[in-house]
Amino acid sequence: MSPKNTWDFKVGGITVIELVHVSKDFGKGRQEVHAVKDVSLSIGKGEIFGIIGFSGAGKSTLVRCINLLERPTSGSVTVDGQQMMQLSAKGLRQARKRIGMIFQHFNLMPSRTVFGNVAYPLRGSGLKSREIADKVQGLLELVGIGDKAGVYPGQLSGGQKQRVAIARALANDPSVLLCDEATSALDPQTTKAILRLLKQLNEKLGITVVVITHEMAVVKEICNRVAVMEHGQVVEQGEVFSIFAAPEQTVTRNFIRTTSNLRKIDELIAADSPITALNPGEIIVRLSYIQKNVSEPLISTVSRKFHITMNIIYADIEIVQDAPVGGTVAIISGEQEQIESAMKYLREKNVCVEVIKSEYAGKE
Amino acid sequence: MQEFLNNWIPNVMGKLPAFYEAIGDTLLMVAWSGVITFIIGLILGVLISVTGQGAILENRFVYQVLDKLISLFRSIPFIILLTWVMPLSRAIMGTAIYVRGAIVPLVFGAVPFFTRQVESALAEIDPGLIEAALSMGCGPIDIIFRVYLRESVAAIARGTTITAVSLLNLTAMAGVVGAGGLGDFAVRYGHDRNMVDVTNVTVVVLVIMVCVLEFVGSLVVKKNTHER
Ligand SMILES: Nc1ncnc2c1ncn2[C@@H]1O[C@H](COP(=O)(O)OP(=O)(O)O)[C@@H](O)[C@H]1O
Ligand SMILES: [Mg+2]
Repeated sequence: MSPKNTWDFKVGGITVIELVHVSKDFGKGRQEVHAVKDVSLSIGKGEIFGIIGFSGAGKSTLVRCINLLERPTSGSVTVDGQQMMQLSAKGLRQARKRIGMIFQHFNLMPSRTVFGNVAYPLRGSGLKSREIADKVQGLLELVGIGDKAGVYPGQLSGGQKQRVAIARALANDPSVLLCDEATSALDPQTTKAILRLLKQLNEKLGITVVVITHEMAVVKEICNRVAVMEHGQVVEQGEVFSIFAAPEQTVTRNFIRTTSNLRKIDELIAADSPITALNPGEIIVRLSYIQKNVSEPLISTVSRKFHITMNIIYADIEIVQDAPVGGTVAIISGEQEQIESAMKYLREKNVCVEVIKSEYAGKE
Repeated sequence: MQEFLNNWIPNVMGKLPAFYEAIGDTLLMVAWSGVITFIIGLILGVLISVTGQGAILENRFVYQVLDKLISLFRSIPFIILLTWVMPLSRAIMGTAIYVRGAIVPLVFGAVPFFTRQVESALAEIDPGLIEAALSMGCGPIDIIFRVYLRESVAAIARGTTITAVSLLNLTAMAGVVGAGGLGDFAVRYGHDRNMVDVTNVTVVVLVIMVCVLEFVGSLVVKKNTHER
């Protein structure tokens, strides 16, 4: 296992969800689909764990295997120390109460008010109606819609509907919250607000959150770790920062590309934009930070040290998991030898240096 | 007023007791067969919905048997069904005539229709709701009552109205086996004895009954619809 697959769980390193060699096939014979293939994951208590992949990668099937909405064809699923596959029908229903789930299209009951929806899973919980009313009101306040109890879902915005769904999912005090594309039907601002809410709940309640998405921006926003899925398999997993900084798989790179402006330079060069026009002896480089400790003023240091000028075309540095990730695209001019040494120096400092366009005769 | 009616609808006025009895018989037939059809059809409709492919109590055998039986009975013209189930009617109700004798054939005629209505009402429910309920640890009985039935009240009310109206139609034919009712009244006097006013008044009464049924139906639908 590479070092980036290890993770010091925030709360004492307790594993809450453990999938071991989980596979799920649909259909038979020629129509057989291997939706999930031999996936092993362990998700720690208090983590926000992302599962990212393009449509059809098997993400939904995989999360549905966690609460056994989909029974794996093979493998084992453990949640909160319980072997899910070995539970009786009744035991499974009991276990599901401890696993909240929210969906892309909210799945609220249109005939019930917001109150009725959140109270729905509390029936049979042994609470008196007074206690249910208090609990529901408390949950609605927790998710920021304390004033909507008497309203029907049809009268709410998407973001408000998802808040109701979250309150409902939390009604039985679950230890895990599964979110299947929970923000995919929402606009960017609402998405941010919902993600913030999920993070708050994670911090406040210590609830473990599993986030399924096809958007890297979502992962970047709230996840501690992420698994990348392709064709039913987890092809890469690790801390979000490491994945962003040094993606190993093509799919992962493609996902990161969708969120990074650093890739725009390729388009600009392809379009022969004037800002990418070079004088002889100049090169364009992309510097990407792949380690958490990049905090030195590297650019001014190399400029001084090697007597070169670095003209930054643009920079795209973001803070992911409290460390900068991203980098800079710059035009370097100076003596060819000096440029070479500068690049060598940067690489030694663990900066990934890519020459994307060069105007000097020799090779890089 | 009395005089006016005597002039306009002399034949009806001359048979008022029989006319009232016919109205009463029709209402009795619709009410009894309606209630029984509602209960049986609801149960069968739920059963066929929850045993379908991918449903919460998937069961190929139960589904196929129900599906075929419903199709079979739906394809039998009511007038034939009426005579076909006569022995059964005699066994259950003790008679194959009068209002009592009409209930069994009416139920046989309406149940398959209403079952399909219920089935399509339940099919309208967003499968996401079932999935959400399952994820919350709800069992099948809970889901049937608190999701399937609860969320389809409006659609079932619509199906019930349509079924009640078609039952009203069927009662007219049940007159053939001596069940009485408005249909029988209209045919016996209006048609056989050429008393046009009898037919006209019967039509008016039937139209009013249909309007009342549809009004009540739409009230229930409206009260149970909360979409924007
Ligand atoms: N109930 C099902 N029956 C048959 N095939 C399914 C079923 N559910 C999912 N699949 C197939 O499994 C694959 C993965 O689907 P899914 O888990 O929904 O992917 P994702 O959520 O990543 O878009 C797809 O090819 C899909 O068609
Ligand atoms: Mg999906």
